[in-house]
Parts: sequence; C-alpha cells; structure tokens
Amino acid sequence: MARKSHVQTTINGETVEFLCESRQSLLEVLRDELHLTGAKEGCNNGNCGACSVILDGRLVNSCLVLGVETEGKSVETIEGLAEPDKLHPIQDAFLENAALQCGICTPGFIMSAKALLDSNPNPTEHEIRYWLAGNLCRCTGYDKIVKAVLDVAKETSA
Amino acid sequence: MQDFSYVSAQTVPEAVALLDEKGEKARILAGGTDLIVQVREARRDVDLMIDVKSIPEVNVLNYDANAGLTLGAAVECYKIYAVDAICDAYPGLVDATKIIGGTAIQGRAGVGGNLCNASPAADCIPPLIVLNATCVIAGPNGERELPVEQFCTAPGQTALEKGEMLVSMKIPAPASNSSSFYLRFIPRNEMDIAVVGAGASVTLDDAKQTIVSARIGLAAVAPTPLFAEEASALLAGREVSDAAIDEAAQAAQAIARPISDMRGTAEQRTHLVGVLTRRALNGAIQRVRDTA
Repeated sequence: MARKSHVQTTINGETVEFLCESRQSLLEVLRDELHLTGAKEGCNNGNCGACSVILDGRLVNSCLVLGVETEGKSVETIEGLAEPDKLHPIQDAFLENAALQCGICTPGFIMSAKALLDSNPNPTEHEIRYWLAGNLCRCTGYDKIVKAVLDVAKETSA
Repeated sequence: MQDFSYVSAQTVPEAVALLDEKGEKARILAGGTDLIVQVREARRDVDLMIDVKSIPEVNVLNYDANAGLTLGAAVECYKIYAVDAICDAYPGLVDATKIIGGTAIQGRAGVGGNLCNASPAADCIPPLIVLNATCVIAGPNGERELPVEQFCTAPGQTALEKGEMLVSMKIPAPASNSSSFYLRFIPRNEMDIAVVGAGASVTLDDAKQTIVSARIGLAAVAPTPLFAEEASALLAGREVSDAAIDEAAQAAQAIARPISDMRGTAEQRTHLVGVLTRRALNGAIQRVRDTA
C-alpha cells in the first residue's frame, strides 16, 4: 500500500488532520476520508465544477488539487455555509428561485457563487454568467441559477 | 490514479536535483490542471510530483515600467489580470489569461504551466511570442535563457533538458505607442479550446499612423505555436492600412500547416488564420490609438 502523508489543514474554520496518499485529490480526501460528501464528483477532470470548493479564498476544482497540497491551507466547502438553524442567503435564494432540480451541481454552483459574491458583492448578470461558466447544470438551463445569484446580490447590497 | 510520491520543493536547486535524479518520471506540479488530469487518465507515467508553489523565484510577479515583467512559472492566471499595470502594459497576455478555462481553472492554472504543457493550442503562447518573452530555465549546470518561440518543440514536448525546469518568463517593458491583442476562434462563448488562436503586438509611430514594428503569433495551426516572422517583418515601416494588414494575414496563412480534427478542418483553420490575424492586428492598433 502506498505511503500516506499526514496533513493538517483548516476546513470550514476548524483545524483538521488527515492521512492521505499523494495521489488522492482534495475531492477524494473530503469525501472518502473526512466524509464531507457535499462536493460532488462529476467529470473528475476540471470541466464540470461539481467539486468546486474555496481554497485560501480562491475558487478551485477540488478534483484538480491533491490532498497533500492543502497542508497549512484553508478550505471552505458547502458544509460550512449554513448555520445550524439557518440556511446561507445563497442557499435560500436557490430554493426561492427553484435554481436546482437533481441537485448534483448545486453545491458547486453555490460555492462558485459564494466566491464571486465574496470578491464582488454586486456583480452584473454578465459577470455572473462568465464567473459560473465553469459549472455545468443539465437540469435548469442556468437562468434560475443566475437569477438566484442576482437576488442575493440585490439583497446584500440593498 | 497511479501511485506517486509528492515533494513540496523549497528551492530551485532542490527541485532541479530531484528532476535530474528522476528524469522523465518526475514532473513539476504548479496548478495541476493539466498534469493531474494526464496522470489520472494514464497519459503520463509519473513517479514523483515536485510541487514548486513554495519556491519564491517561481512565484514572482513583478512589473516595472522600465525593467518589464518577471512572471514566475507558477503564478496563477487570476493574479496576473488583478494587476492594473500589467493589464495596461500587456493586454494581449491578459486576453489569454482570462479565457483559459473557467474561474476555478484560472485560480490554479498559470502561464508557465500553459507553456510547459506545450499544447499547440495553448492560448498563452502566442501572446508570449508577440511580447518577446524569454524563458528563464534552471538546470544542473546553472541558468540559461531561451526565446519563448524556441521553447515548444512538438506537441507536449519542450526544449527543457533532463533536470531542467522553467523558473520564470521575462517580458520587456512595452515600447511607447505599442499594444497587444490575442483572440481565438471557438464555436461557443467561453470554456473551449482554440480552433485557431492569433496574437499580435504592434508599435506605431508618434502619429499612430505608421507601424514601426509588429509581431504575430499563432496557435493550433502547427505542431507547436508559431512565430509568424515573415508576416511580422512585412509590416515594419508600413502605414496602417487594410492592404498592409491583408498582406501580413496572407503571409501568416502561408506558414500555417494545420491538421483536420474534431475541432475543425485544415481548410477552415487556414481561413481562420487570415481572419484572426487581421483582427489581432487591428485590435492591437486600436488599443494603441485608444491610449492617450
């Protein structure tokens, strides 16, 4: 069996230690080692965005990051968004706008939207569409997703 | 994915020593957006990934209006277009960094990795060619420099010798009355690989009517990105005109030797070289004229 490395990282604000093989992606570490199954495996090659997480403040595809690369870094996943009795405003907006059907792409879209709104709280529709171009959805036709993100921007900047 | 070891190298000599020892079975890991996919799909056999993102020289992003740009090989795309002075000085390079993949890819992928992956369709390479970039390469025998148009030798192959790594790229400061432009043809708006890509840089005279010099670079029309040297030279000293630009575009078409594949036929690609070369040149000229 391949040698495992010890990695210490911060996930959703908490210090987490894990053992992983070098070949395990961050996505595999999150899902298989840490049982954080919110990030999804879609294409596993950086095209679909279902595995999107925020690494040191920057949106990444967790399938294209090695678990060992996250030593000393900070990772945000969909599990860190809601408070125990309250959804995050982006999650609320997705529900209000019916911005999901099957749900596989949703955690990725929400993390991608969060990374956008963290850096640009009041994006235009054009900026939203280009920012989210790396996240694929086969159900909604995107319009409801874009409207949901516009709604959050409107609420927070109102 | 195949099993491999991982080292986060802290210095260039450490990375070079590891590369020299392991040869082909070691690969430099920067953004990983090509390398991790290649290893996962068993297109590349790797025993050791050498992460260079902790090495200071590989992460330099330093622009000086006199000295130009030093761009570390691991600097991610998003950091480049976040610097206003770089957007003003090298808009053609910024055009490319904004269209490589989506947001998540641009958060990891960089110009250096795009160059080392040596895809014929790499969007960053024509801008590097037209901006006269030089590759700074470290190896077991010290450092050497190579013009970027000599870096790619075949699809996926580079001029890097055993034990060598790309440390950074150096781009000269832009001349006054100069600008650059890159565009590609893809069948949709975003998130695709170039059917053809074309970059241009131009320097105009003070009246902004005559071309002092120009450079044209092409992607996805040959086994490596091309510097269209003759087409570029044709423009020197010419007044800006459709005739001069058409001549350059035709000369660029003459060196294209594209293949037909799922993205386009050779005939379509040759046609596109003409269209995109004209647009890249006109785009760069317009940018010079738009600058006060």
